[in-house]
Amino acid sequence: MSAEGPATGSGGRTDLDSLTEIRLRIAASPHLRTAHSTPRIMWNVVGSLIPILAVATYFFGPSALLVVSAATFGAWVTERVFGEKGSTRDGSAVITGLLLGLILPPGFPLWMAFVGGVFGVGFGKLIFGGLGQNIFNPALLGRAFLQAAFPSTITTWPVQPDDWWALRGDNFALPLMSPGAPDVVTGATPLGLMKFEGVSTPTADLMLGSISGSIGETAGLLILVCGGYLAIRRYLDWRVPASILLTVAVFSGALYLIGPDQFPSPQFMLFSGGLMLGAMYMATDMVTSPVTPAGAWVFGIGIGLLTVLIRVWGGLPEGVMYAILFMNALVPFINRVTQPRVFGQPRRKPRGAEA
Amino acid sequence: MLGSSTFRHGVHPPETKHLTEKVSVRRMPFPDEIVLPLRQHAGRPARLLVKVGDHVERGDKVAEADGFVSVPIHASATGTVKDIRLCPHPDGSMAESVVIAVEKFSPQIPRPRIVPQWEGLSPQQVVEEVQKAGVVGLGGAAFPTHVKLLPPADVPVHTLIVNGAECEPYLTTDHRTMVEYPERVQFGIRIMMKALGVDRTVIGVEKNKPDAIARLRETLPDDLDVSVLPLTVKYPQGAEKMLIKVVTGREVPSGKLPMNVGVVVQNVGSIACIGEIFDTGYPLIERVVTVTGPGVRKPSNLLVPVGTRLRDVLEFCGGLTEDATQIVFGGPMMGAAQPDLDTPLIKGTTGVVVLTKKEARSVERYPCIHCGRCLEACPVFLNPSLLGTQAQAGRYEEMEAANLMDCMLCGCCSYVCPSHIPLSQMFALGKNMLRKRQTAA
Repeated sequence: MSAEGPATGSGGRTDLDSLTEIRLRIAASPHLRTAHSTPRIMWNVVGSLIPILAVATYFFGPSALLVVSAATFGAWVTERVFGEKGSTRDGSAVITGLLLGLILPPGFPLWMAFVGGVFGVGFGKLIFGGLGQNIFNPALLGRAFLQAAFPSTITTWPVQPDDWWALRGDNFALPLMSPGAPDVVTGATPLGLMKFEGVSTPTADLMLGSISGSIGETAGLLILVCGGYLAIRRYLDWRVPASILLTVAVFSGALYLIGPDQFPSPQFMLFSGGLMLGAMYMATDMVTSPVTPAGAWVFGIGIGLLTVLIRVWGGLPEGVMYAILFMNALVPFINRVTQPRVFGQPRRKPRGAEA
Repeated sequence: MLGSSTFRHGVHPPETKHLTEKVSVRRMPFPDEIVLPLRQHAGRPARLLVKVGDHVERGDKVAEADGFVSVPIHASATGTVKDIRLCPHPDGSMAESVVIAVEKFSPQIPRPRIVPQWEGLSPQQVVEEVQKAGVVGLGGAAFPTHVKLLPPADVPVHTLIVNGAECEPYLTTDHRTMVEYPERVQFGIRIMMKALGVDRTVIGVEKNKPDAIARLRETLPDDLDVSVLPLTVKYPQGAEKMLIKVVTGREVPSGKLPMNVGVVVQNVGSIACIGEIFDTGYPLIERVVTVTGPGVRKPSNLLVPVGTRLRDVLEFCGGLTEDATQIVFGGPMMGAAQPDLDTPLIKGTTGVVVLTKKEARSVERYPCIHCGRCLEACPVFLNPSLLGTQAQAGRYEEMEAANLMDCMLCGCCSYVCPSHIPLSQMFALGKNMLRKRQTAA
């Protein structure tokens, strides 16, 4: 310690001689960062799915938990085995598995759910180079694969049994065997009823979730709340669900005004099927949605239009999955044409290069 | 959204100005040694005038301006030229510097000098006096001030904007200058308005400095059109282009200068410095520096002789805390981390921020997930996500096509990135590569 060093408070280093011992950290600016991190975003999404899973378990019994767990395990194992070292910690594989499980029917055989998880992460994400590189939403790709591979199993919907503990289907079917006939009576989903029998379901049932359908898609109101939480915390881009839901409401509302007997009501459209979960959780996947704010609107409007088109005029009762997958494919083009105008440049500028 | 009180996008880092915003500026005692790099400003380095063994008085020229975009450098203390050698420079390189052994018992009074009588001077002569005094932008960029005072005849300038935004966290250099020397600021404005021939001046100050706004308003001249504009607290409010947008509502065209929209922007510290030249005749030999951060024991605002070494300044401020890990010259958003305690504080050093393990931590990097946060932070509306992908592949021409050259390296994108991608660092590299290729071609 040098004699003329200025006096300082109690204890500790009093001058700079000891500084020669410490290593000064060198880094590029900025030297401050927000507390955000990619894993934090991902695990928040996982956390916001827990209430949805809990309500699904309330409606569909242990089957819901089993199917979601099988899909999540498939996704996680694939990431663990084929992904980069430590990449399971970022939480994205768990999201894929959870979301895939939530869009399967409760009576789905577990081995199929597992295969769906493997396919979703393996062929939906890792084959493109892992997190951030994929074009299509991995969970939806997993479901699209399952729909192609097991078309009848994935459209078998149980009705509510008296015993909560009863399985909603042959969950424990052996791999590569077709599942046995379910112990419970099967019924149609509200969208199926509407499409093939022209029967509507009360909106209150749709909103609360006491209906037949995929595990996590039925409680529309709860999904809205959980997604809203993520939007407020800025873990998802509010523009995407807002534009999807607005487009569906306006488009189906217009149809309903033209022919109330022919077309379903907008509130039925909004709260039936996978629209809520799709709008809040699938379309908002940051990797597979546009990066520009204007692009988010284009993307959402496209999904909304396609969903209504497929539901009303297509051969399938539900169109959310294909609408989102189709718009996923357009994201690079949407990004390119919605580049923001750069500060100090003329209003209309030639389009820049794009990856 | 497009109102005139602020610009679009930007970020809100914690201000952390409470450490020093109420602390009066103190004059720091003269250190034993002064290190004066010949390159302290944008443009050509100054030309050496002294040799080893020369005696210099405080305020004497030790190096002369080399051309128009250059300024002289003056001795900031009386003493003997001890050495002329390569010394660590705040930009990370080694730079030729004059080392002065400060005379222990000198009264350190600058030589009596002729105070320029500004009333009788032509604008051209005012500009010469400003160059002679070695004035550069004291906001950090250190661009020679007099260059901005000579717009070409075909570019009419109508407004002088005084930049007192000080949007960098921690720093209170401009804040204290405005609170403690408002008259000097007003006097500097008067001279600048005469030199530029403008009839309107706006002083932009962020709203988190109400005392500075009040002091400036109390001292406004009656005979000139000078006003104080309180600004929204947002980073980078003090960036030249952002400030012009807020004050005039106009965007400086890409690749053009502020004078193309009829505006000249000067940092409030430079203005005060000009006020001093025409008041006392002293050249730029000392400046206000905020020494702050959780890693320094006695955060202070100091009047520091230019060329004082970091070691001496930190020692005067009570030394570092146990957990200090990083020392930054300038603010934490754009400042440069310093590896060497013998680095001198130069004309453009706005502050010394000492960060601890809590703030300056290494974070794990993740792949870009295209969340779009960077697009919503970028004040010049670039697509940092796309630019980052291109930078990683070394596709610099594509980056140029994606308007990389409009990037001002403010760091907002890196600040918000949840994947902790060092975007602004990659862009700095990309801009350098493109400039090198241009000069090579």
